Amino acid sequence: MRSYLEFERPIAELENKILELRQLDGDGDGQVDIEEEVQRLQSKAHQLLNETYGELSPWQKTQVARHPHRPHFTDYVEALIEAFTPLAGDRAFADDKAMIGGIGRLKGRSVMILGQEKGADTEGRVKHNFGMARPEGYRKAIRLIRLADRFGLPVVTLVDTPGAYPGVSAEERGQAEAIARSTEACLDVGVPIISCIVGEGGSGGAVALASGNKVLMLEHAIYSVIMPEGCASILWRSAEKAQEAADALKLTAGHLLELKVIDAIVPEPVGGAHRDRDRAISAVGAAIDAAIDDFAGQTADEIRRHRRDKFLEIGRVGLA
Amino acid sequence: MNWLTNFVRPKIRALVRRKEVPDKLWIKCSDCGQMLHHKAVAEANFVCPECDHHMRLGARDRFKGLFDDGVFAELAVPAVPADPLKFRDSKRYVDRLKDTRAKTGQDDAVVVGRGRMGGHAAVVACQTFEFLGGSMGMAAGEAVIAAARAAIEDDAALIVVTAAGGARMQEGILSLMQMPRTTIAVQMAREAGLPYIVVLTDPTTGGVTASYAMLGDITIAEPGALIGFAGPRVIESTIREQLPDGFQRAEYLLEHGMIDMVVHRHELRETLVRIVGLLRNRDTRMSEVPDIEAADPEPVLPEPEIVEDDAVAVEAIPVESDVEAPDPEDDTVVEVTATDEGEAVDPPEAEPDDIEVPVAVEPVSGDETEVEVEPEAVVDEETPPVDPELEIPEPVAEDGAPKRPDA
Repeated sequence: MRSYLEFERPIAELENKILELRQLDGDGDGQVDIEEEVQRLQSKAHQLLNETYGELSPWQKTQVARHPHRPHFTDYVEALIEAFTPLAGDRAFADDKAMIGGIGRLKGRSVMILGQEKGADTEGRVKHNFGMARPEGYRKAIRLIRLADRFGLPVVTLVDTPGAYPGVSAEERGQAEAIARSTEACLDVGVPIISCIVGEGGSGGAVALASGNKVLMLEHAIYSVIMPEGCASILWRSAEKAQEAADALKLTAGHLLELKVIDAIVPEPVGGAHRDRDRAISAVGAAIDAAIDDFAGQTADEIRRHRRDKFLEIGRVGLA
Repeated sequence: MNWLTNFVRPKIRALVRRKEVPDKLWIKCSDCGQMLHHKAVAEANFVCPECDHHMRLGARDRFKGLFDDGVFAELAVPAVPADPLKFRDSKRYVDRLKDTRAKTGQDDAVVVGRGRMGGHAAVVACQTFEFLGGSMGMAAGEAVIAAARAAIEDDAALIVVTAAGGARMQEGILSLMQMPRTTIAVQMAREAGLPYIVVLTDPTTGGVTASYAMLGDITIAEPGALIGFAGPRVIESTIREQLPDGFQRAEYLLEHGMIDMVVHRHELRETLVRIVGLLRNRDTRMSEVPDIEAADPEPVLPEPEIVEDDAVAVEAIPVESDVEAPDPEDDTVVEVTATDEGEAVDPPEAEPDDIEVPVAVEPVSGDETEVEVEPEAVVDEETPPVDPELEIPEPVAEDGAPKRPDA
């Protein structure tokens, strides 16, 4: 059963009609006119999907980025990484299931891959805390990034989080410090870090993993200093204004490429990554692999300098 | 540089210069509610004489309490694109900025001063909460980077005094990018072997805490300061339960091992001087370390950057000369409402009387090139401090800490 977003209702109606017709056909005599009708409706639905997804508003993209069927970290790892060997724990307090990482092979090459996992169903979402990592999650990330550095493995980070977890225990254990040190670790190491925002890039909790040499972004992913609802409730004093806030924040891949905050956009299948997960996942895999290739033969110092210069230039170069 | 900028502009500026209205004769302590004479409070470094509450203060007031004799040169910070997102909520961001600049006399939330502390070269970047909640946007990021570069140039200790709700929402992702950018600044200072000391003041939350504020070699907090990643309101609405007593206050963080020490503002300068001295005198036996006052017999103020180009408006002003013009007729009470529009990612609780000390000591115009500089002579001659009243109060430490390298 497909789940539709609010703005997809016209598409849903068409597709449901197609389903109904198919069912009718299933009991009956294979009437030719039904087949024709189905084809007509299908091409209409496809066209509508194309049009709708061709001009998604920032708020609609926010919903697509949060779509429950959108591929998550575990899906990427299953499809892209051979011999994945998860590594757990921060060696200080706990293992945070919101942040997963480990070593494995991406297209034959050993990499360290890590990122937030949101969970696929209710049970999974609770287990993974909706992709909101606690300090131990970021400290695990730091440990893995530094481990990769010692063995010269490229680091791949897949970012998908509404933000770092805001809670009493997280504060007590130094959420801010953990995030700061994670960003610092990304900027420290002499191996290439390739980040891809695959869903939600929520504020500091995202940047802690996304301070990479290359930052890629899926076409309908979002990346923002604050989620639209939060921004609306502070600046507009009403969470209802999230739509306006989403517009104002310029959080889409297109905007961020213009602002030179990201390096490239990975196109999604028509109708979003959740409609054709395999294609979306393999597009991300190919883009990451190509990005790692860009750093072949570079020394640790060159890689470090590249990353530093890249971030120092943001906002200084290419803005009106 | 032409006659217009060189001659006419400063004069015009002098003419249109805002009069320092003596509307700050009295201020109310936001903690104990006591009405206090502004001058007394300023002399006490904006610590309430009644209840010891550490009030918020602007960058320039902070510098006066930190640098030797209150003498510092303000660093010119590279300009940043204005309003790259064309952001607008109930008000246009450019208008908000303009109003705040006029109100605070600062170009943006972070001001950088360079000078000497206990004879040691020091660069201090100070965040002013009154400037759009102290929020970190592109200008603040550039200021922190400029501070690190200046510290490297001067072989100086890098000190950052934080106060911010977080990142500046109105600059969207570009403000978020200041987290890695300021982190790079810290790394540069570290690679140069300079001490990086953070002083957390009330409040420090959000993206600021989650970047340079938590990367200090040594981390100090002022008493009672609210420090955290998520603001208390955000947490309360997430977990829907009562927050523990003293949650996210400086003392709570100390208890949980997140900071090195909580230091009273009256002892802050002495503490910083001692730490910098201890960290940087590693090749000298302690008994050989001269006392702080004589640590550097001929301290040379770093060349003020501002004279390098067409920056003409170098004003030599005696510190706080015209701030206090007590007008007996005017006993207006400063009632400043919390301007939390600028609060960003996770705004701290906004108490109605949140900001008690809106002091813009020097009415600096919006011109980026204009920087106030102390006359250099003050340092080399035996001239007493410009305003002796500004001497920070003697530290209460029993052993007269400024003279104790053997501590």
